Amino acid sequence: MILMEKHVVVIYPHPDDESFGAAGSVTQFRNKGIPVTYLCGTLGEMGRNMGNPTIANRETLPKIRKQELLAACNVLDMEVEMLGYHDKTLEFEDRNTVALHIKEYLDKIEPSLVITFYPDYAVHPDHNALGAAAIEAVGMMDIEKRPVLWAQAITHDFHEVLGKPDIINDVSAEMDKKLEAILCHKSQVQGLLSQFMQPGMEQDVLKQEVAKRFSLEQFYIWKFDE
Amino acid sequence: MKPVNITEVQTVLEQYMNKTVYVHLETTNGAYASHVNQNAYNVGAFIRNAEVKFTNAKIVGSNGTYRVGLKLEMGWIYAEGITDWTITDDDQLLLAGHDREGRLMVALQVSNHPFRY
Repeated sequence: MILMEKHVVVIYPHPDDESFGAAGSVTQFRNKGIPVTYLCGTLGEMGRNMGNPTIANRETLPKIRKQELLAACNVLDMEVEMLGYHDKTLEFEDRNTVALHIKEYLDKIEPSLVITFYPDYAVHPDHNALGAAAIEAVGMMDIEKRPVLWAQAITHDFHEVLGKPDIINDVSAEMDKKLEAILCHKSQVQGLLSQFMQPGMEQDVLKQEVAKRFSLEQFYIWKFDE
Repeated sequence: MKPVNITEVQTVLEQYMNKTVYVHLETTNGAYASHVNQNAYNVGAFIRNAEVKFTNAKIVGSNGTYRVGLKLEMGWIYAEGITDWTITDDDQLLLAGHDREGRLMVALQVSNHPFRY
């Protein structure tokens, strides 16, 4: 499933998107020695999860999430660049400006593969907006330098509307690493996993629950016009 | 943050009266509300670094949840559901309301200097 790439760039807006969305695929790339760089759009400044019991407040949250992001990227052994946008506002930025900003990184890194969200099928407005800007950035590149782009859809209906994803990557074998990366996001994880995470839950039970929901990383290969 | 002590918060609020201050006001039920529950609505609003001056300030409530009203020359600032408070190292007053899972539902913050942006 995972091909030999030169360099992979992952583009998502929030610290933790990388761990839930692509940690297994990233691990597979890194296991083959392929460099991976995460362009993280914001620091999740407006997140409402503050830990339970709360360990953050609105003003300390970005600092805490930045540390969590660095810890997760360390676990996944990937480089990270923070783009400096403000959580929840990406859809109001000028898309072309954001695309040009992203393109600066892509021109420098010259990746063979870019992973981002599928616009309009990614639930969170920041996901949709940064996905759209990333696609625009890749589309602006010369065809001979243009990387392949994998777009990730997460709405409930994406399968029905978009059809079967081109890439269905089973990352069960990478689940330990993926869970370790997810758990780096301490301020977020309890809120996000609260539907099935019980206090004092054994690590392997939690791992099974996470595996049930996050062991398939699915992507569509973006088709550019022309 | 710690549970609101109404007397202490009232005292701090009054220190910000009748001078130019910066306010962060926010309410949210999260960007995934209608993703997790089809019948839910996504609603939220925030304003960061509104420059205002208030002439009256009061915190009211009981049983752990409070309302705060700040009277402006030409209007009001209001927040409901406040449960916790703190003063940051930067000397900024943070008031927030959290649900049972520790998620922020409402925030009202006041500072003499702008909040990080």
